[in-house]
Amino acid sequence: MTAAAQLAAAGHGFLSPTGVEITFLLVAVVTLGGAVVTVTTKQLVHAALWLVVTLGGLAVEFLLLTAEFIAWVQVLIYVGSVVVLILFGLMLTKAPIGRSPDADSGNRPAALAVAVASAAALVWVVVDAFRATWIDLGEVQGSTKVTGVSLFRHWVLPFEALSVLLLAALVGAIVLSRLRSSQRTPGANGPRANGSSRPNGPSTKGPRANGSRANGSRTAGSRTAGPRTAADAAEKEG
Amino acid sequence: MHLAYPAVLAVLLFCTGLYGVLARRNAILVLMSVELMLGAVNLNLVAFDVWLRDTLHAGQALTLFVIAIAAAEIGIGLAIVLLVHRDRGTADIDKLRGLAEPPPTDDSVPGTTDNGADSDADTSADQGTPARRQTA
Repeated sequence: MTAAAQLAAAGHGFLSPTGVEITFLLVAVVTLGGAVVTVTTKQLVHAALWLVVTLGGLAVEFLLLTAEFIAWVQVLIYVGSVVVLILFGLMLTKAPIGRSPDADSGNRPAALAVAVASAAALVWVVVDAFRATWIDLGEVQGSTKVTGVSLFRHWVLPFEALSVLLLAALVGAIVLSRLRSSQRTPGANGPRANGSSRPNGPSTKGPRANGSRANGSRTAGSRTAGPRTAADAAEKEG
Repeated sequence: MHLAYPAVLAVLLFCTGLYGVLARRNAILVLMSVELMLGAVNLNLVAFDVWLRDTLHAGQALTLFVIAIAAAEIGIGLAIVLLVHRDRGTADIDKLRGLAEPPPTDDSVPGTTDNGADSDADTSADQGTPARRQTA
């Protein structure tokens, strides 16, 4: 490795970046800017859309690192489905469209201090450790053929276990979104302590708060709740 | 390419996600910040896989696994967040105090739970229900 590193170091100076490095830096600025706006903006839907910019920038970085297959998987899964799921979640939790002043919690200075301290420490460690290390991007490392061969020749068992995990997660999500309140709180008649002293929040309550649904007909509750079934159907999409 | 470029970008993205996890109040924004952190880890894995020229391509295989697990995580997480929102009427994680100890300035005596199940999750989950029954 050392000979190759010396060769690469001789080929690329630290202060004379190549075209790939310049492109990487430009895309990195866009990616990092998108990430910062994602975690700081007050508008929730804009945060999800800036997340698209960040994840798309990461896909471009994967392409620049010659990992093509990972890049397209990133575009397909993250940009294609995860952000759509997040937008569905924002919509179904009745997120405000405009600016919401309470998007950040009260421990924001502490969070900023922790983030800046860890960023400084990690950047120092990483730059100090890999000061004289160059990646040779001469041959493509992550084409679809290479990734497929390594995945199905050496990583078959984790791959299959992961498919079972995905199935379990999907079944779990469906079960969670089909839970009724009668199944969820079986001991609702039992003794409870200081039920009213706990702050309940603004409680923008949905259609389940009307009394005929709450205290009548536990077994046939799923039939009578008209507006709930539409919300459940929308959640099962997600 | 200098290895420090992707490594430093991954570090900065991770710390941005860390800030988001610590500072955000909405649960879905916290999930988005977790996605940022996972993306930073993916970038690190790919960069070191390309640098080391691993014959097994462990970094890229792990990246695919992390992406799949992130998809599963966001599905389960959003299902839980929607359930909490349906149950409590809010998705703010600051207001979900069901597992927290009661504050010491409370009028009741602190530290003495009444029936021993006060800090249970579903006990506090149905505490919202009778209050709504009274008001509705």
